[in-house]
Amino acid sequence: MSTKLLQLEKVTIRFGGLTAVSELDLQIGATELVGLIGPNGAGKTTVFNLITGVYQPTDGKISFAGNPTARQKPFQLAKHGIARTFQNIRLFASMSVFDNVRAATQLHRARGIRNALWRGKSFRHGEEKTAAHVMELLEIFHLGKFRDEPAKSLSYGDQRRLEIVRALATHPKLLLLDEPAAGMNPTEKAELAKLIRFIRDKFQISILLVEHDMPLVMEICERIAVLDYGQKIAEGTPVEIRKNPKVIAAYLGEETHA
Amino acid sequence: MFFARPRTFLILALVASAVLEIFQARIDPYFVDILTRIGINIILAVSLNLINGHTGQFSLGHAGFMAVGAYTAAAMTMFAGPHVMPANATQVLVMMWFLAALLAAGAVAAAAGLLVGAPSLRLKGDYLAIVTLGFGQIISVIFRNIEPLGGALGLNGIPSYTNLFWVFGAAALTVYVITAMVNSTYGRGFIATHDDEVAAEAMGINTTRCKIVAFVIGAFFAGIAGGLYGHFTLTISPRGFDFNKSIEIVVMVIVGGMGNTVGVIIAAVLLTLLPEGLRMLSGMSPSLHWIGESRLILYALLLIGLMLLRPQGLFNFRKSARTKP
Repeated sequence: MSTKLLQLEKVTIRFGGLTAVSELDLQIGATELVGLIGPNGAGKTTVFNLITGVYQPTDGKISFAGNPTARQKPFQLAKHGIARTFQNIRLFASMSVFDNVRAATQLHRARGIRNALWRGKSFRHGEEKTAAHVMELLEIFHLGKFRDEPAKSLSYGDQRRLEIVRALATHPKLLLLDEPAAGMNPTEKAELAKLIRFIRDKFQISILLVEHDMPLVMEICERIAVLDYGQKIAEGTPVEIRKNPKVIAAYLGEETHA
Repeated sequence: MFFARPRTFLILALVASAVLEIFQARIDPYFVDILTRIGINIILAVSLNLINGHTGQFSLGHAGFMAVGAYTAAAMTMFAGPHVMPANATQVLVMMWFLAALLAAGAVAAAAGLLVGAPSLRLKGDYLAIVTLGFGQIISVIFRNIEPLGGALGLNGIPSYTNLFWVFGAAALTVYVITAMVNSTYGRGFIATHDDEVAAEAMGINTTRCKIVAFVIGAFFAGIAGGLYGHFTLTISPRGFDFNKSIEIVVMVIVGGMGNTVGVIIAAVLLTLLPEGLRMLSGMSPSLHWIGESRLILYALLLIGLMLLRPQGLFNFRKSARTKP
């Protein structure tokens, strides 16, 4: 078997009588940038929830870095290197920008409760290192100046970026971005495209992108999978997808002769 | 800020409690009484604040944990004490035994917290509140039916061990443990759990574990508060730890501002003083008698007004975010 980073084999999930995702096969290799598109209600976010362990598949198998992810909770999968952002931004609203990112760094550090209570040298060193690391991440994304601002006071675009920074603070191998361009204007979208590429190159991670914005997906993704009614109807390079009649039909309706 | 150097704070507070204890004999017993109540309420409110405020799990069972602690400590000093210590035991030995009783009170309450918390923390909001409410009732019924512990009459003749040093020492320790824990990278997990459980899980935070840790630590200190309370009032009964007691503590947390330790401490002090103040006011002249008679109504009106005017808590001046490391 090939050792892809993420592998979905015939993954199916049913909610009562509704089959939200049906026999989906999907593979993502190391440092690959893959797009997942489809009309509203096609099951894209459900796929994210399956990969991150929020839902368990009714059928089929998901494995990450060679290990099956079945019955693992989201926080365990985060430890193994799956991080995500959310379609509707879910920052920690009562915390500052700095603390939002800091909260996400704790899983790779062994400093637990005893250390926090004793407040010895190793605790202080650890906290300083964490703070430096968080600031470094924030600076990369030009959010350093908002360090002590409440996360929810940031502009929409900045909140989206902060969510990405927070996800990166968990040191992921795979980053799942759920509609990162939603609600952005063309300038912000162009910047986002650059940013996503930059993240992949700088952190050497794989990215799976769910997005409605076709130009963005076509521009940055190396490979695109198309979902419609829970089924994968096409997969290929942007050029192939653009010409695929099934995809055109799913998005624009059946072609009629005018 | 106040808690920038938590260890210094702890040492200073412990020294201050010891000094307070030395002068206890010279303080008017009435004030000693009030100070003791204040200290115990600080422990209760700050520990509940970890559960309800920082971690955002609405518990109505704090008095239940307090009861477990009160009975455990009383059993240790009343029943086990005479077997362990000779009749002419030195003061130091007696105090050591009291310390052991308090720690046992905390430990048993913490175990009760684990027992209640582990299965019920899967519930959220109102549902969790109902479960913890039920737990409080169960505890009360259990103690009412244990005859060796006095049944419905409760326990009388608990030795008078609680003094200002123990109360304020324990209060300082509670404040230290909870602030030191919350104000760390580890502690952000509690607040992340409070803010958004789904996002916290996705960021690798084991929210179930966070909630259980908060519950167990909160229950531990409630147990210690119970032990102190029993050895202060010298008599405990199941009715003293009912639903009203839990609500009283919840109110302190809400008035102080959920998740704001300093605010909650101030609220604990003020809400302990308020009934006394109203009583004093009504005693000043016959025309003010109505204050004493409608004390509870005034108290309730004050809470309603507070919720309308400052729902974020009286002492919550933070604009919105926690910024301190």
